[in-house]
Amino acid sequence: MDRVSATTSHVLDTHRLRADFPVFEELFDGKPVAYLDSASSSQKPRQVLDRMRAFYEHEYANVHRGVYRLAERATEGFEGARRTTAAFLNAPSEKEVVFTRSATEALNLVAYAWGLDNLGPGDVVVITELEHHASFVPWQYIAHRTGASFRHIPIDDRGELQLDALDGLAREGDVKVVASNLVSNTLGTINPVERLAEWAHGQGAIMVVDAAQAAPHRSVDVQALGADFVAITGHKLCGPTGIGALWGRKEILEAMSPFNLGGEMIRSVGLQKTTFNELPHKFEAGTPAFAEAVGLAAAMDYLGEIGLEAIERHEHALVEQAMGALEEIPWIRVFGPPADRRAGIVSFEVEGIHPHDVAQILDWEGVAVRAGHHCTQPLMTRLGVAATTRASFYLYSVPEDLERLVAGLYKVKASLG
Amino acid sequence: MSEFEQMYREVILDHYKSPRNHGLLEPHDAIAEGENPLCGDEVTVSVRFGEGDVIEDVGFEGRGCAISQAATSMLTDLVKGRTAQEISVLPKEELLDEVGIPLSPVRLKCALLGLGVLKVALHRTKGTPLPEEWSASSGEITLS
Repeated sequence: MDRVSATTSHVLDTHRLRADFPVFEELFDGKPVAYLDSASSSQKPRQVLDRMRAFYEHEYANVHRGVYRLAERATEGFEGARRTTAAFLNAPSEKEVVFTRSATEALNLVAYAWGLDNLGPGDVVVITELEHHASFVPWQYIAHRTGASFRHIPIDDRGELQLDALDGLAREGDVKVVASNLVSNTLGTINPVERLAEWAHGQGAIMVVDAAQAAPHRSVDVQALGADFVAITGHKLCGPTGIGALWGRKEILEAMSPFNLGGEMIRSVGLQKTTFNELPHKFEAGTPAFAEAVGLAAAMDYLGEIGLEAIERHEHALVEQAMGALEEIPWIRVFGPPADRRAGIVSFEVEGIHPHDVAQILDWEGVAVRAGHHCTQPLMTRLGVAATTRASFYLYSVPEDLERLVAGLYKVKASLG
Repeated sequence: MSEFEQMYREVILDHYKSPRNHGLLEPHDAIAEGENPLCGDEVTVSVRFGEGDVIEDVGFEGRGCAISQAATSMLTDLVKGRTAQEISVLPKEELLDEVGIPLSPVRLKCALLGLGVLKVALHRTKGTPLPEEWSASSGEITLS
C-alpha cells in the first residue's frame, strides 16, 4: 500500500491528504466539489482503490474452498481483512467478526437471528428516538412479530437522550434488547452507549450498537463500550460499498440460529438435516464480498496511519467553525447538541425554505449537502420538521468548504427567502 | 446565477411565492390530499364542478419544496374549464412542459404530486380512471 500523505500528528495536513482523493480533481464549474455529505458516504482514497485493483489483478479467485494457490491468496486476503477489522474494533477474537453487506444487514441479522428466538409477549425492546431506520425498523418489525413491546428513549430539545426515562421503561416488562447508535447520523449527538450497556446488562438485556456513523470518525472499542453487538459499514469510512461488519460476543453468536442459509455457512447437508459451520462463517451465506472486504481493510489501514484521534480533532474544529457561522445567521436554526458533544455533523433549517430547494441551489455553487429526513423520520417528527439540510465533514474537509456553504446559503436566502 | 434561472425560472418562483387558486374551496364537490413522504411535501386539492363534469373551480393548500407547490399552482390554472374525464387522462408531460425545467427523478415526484392528488379527487367523485402509478399501493406517494 502507498504511504498516506500525512502521518499521525496532532494536526491533519488536510490539503496534502486531499491529494489522496481523486474525486477532488473533478471540477464543477471550474471548482472541486465542496463535499459536505460524508455522513451519507465518504469519498475514496487511491490507497483503497489501488489495493482493490491489485487484489482483482493478482490475488483473485473464490475464497475458502479452492485448493489452488490463487484461491489461497484470495482467502488470505479475505481472512486478513477480518483480522484487520477485529483489530480496528479491538475485538477479542476475529471469529467474532462477521462480514455483511452493510451495517443495515448486520443489524437485521441480530434482530432476526437473535430476536425471533429470544423475544415474546411481556418483553420490551428499547431503542432511541435518534435511531436510523436501519436500527429502528428491524426492531420495530421483530417486536411486532414476536409480541414484544417496542419503546424508545426520548431525547431532550437539544437532541440528547433522556436517560432518566430508563427506569420507567424497565417497569413496562422484561427489557431484553437495548439498541442505540453511537453517533446520531442526523444530529451528530454522541450517545452514552457505555452507560446504556451497563443499564441493559443490569436488566438482563443485550446491547446492540449501530456504530456506522461513529467508526469513520472516532475509535470504536467494542470492549470499552461494553456492547454485545456492534455494526459498522465500509463505505462511510473510505472503504467500498457493499461491505459492512457485525461484531458480536462469541457466546451469544454461538447460541444463535443462522440468518441467511447457503454456501460457506454450511458444514454438511443431508436429505433431512443440515449442520452449520463454526463462527464466523455460520453467518456468512453465499460468496461474500471479499474483494470489498480487502478494500475495507485497506481503508482501515489508511485511517489507522492518519490516526482516528487526529481525524476527530480535525472534524471537531470544523464543527465549531460551522456552528459558529450558522448560529450567527438569524434565519438559520441549527438542531442538536453543542459542538463539544457532537461529531462532525450539522443539521439545520433555513427559515421558510424547503431543504430540497436549499440543497438544489447549493449544488449550483458546487456545495454538496444532504436534504431530507436522513432515514430518521421519528426524529424529524420530534423536531417538528419534515426534513433538514445536513452538512457533514471528514478528514478531507477544509474550512473553504464551510465558507462556500455559508456564501451559498446567502444566495439561497436571496433567491427564495 | 445562470443555472438558477434555468432551474427555478422566474415563473416557478412567482407561482411559489404567489400561488394561484390558493386555499380550499368551501363548499367543494371533490377533495383529496397526498404527501410525498420522502421529502415531506403535502398537497390538498379541492374541486367544484360546473355543468356535467366540467371543473369550474379548483383550490389547493400545501407545504413543501418550491417545485411541489409551484407545480400544483400551475396545475390549477391548467385544469380549470376542462372536464374531469379529460384531466383524468392528462399526460404528465403537459404539466411538466408548464414547469419547463429539467427535473431529476427525485424532483419529478415533487412536481407531479398535485396532479396525482387531483386525479384521485376526480376518481372519487366522478369515477374517472385512476392511473396505476397513482394508486395508493404505489408506495411512493401516500394518498388519503
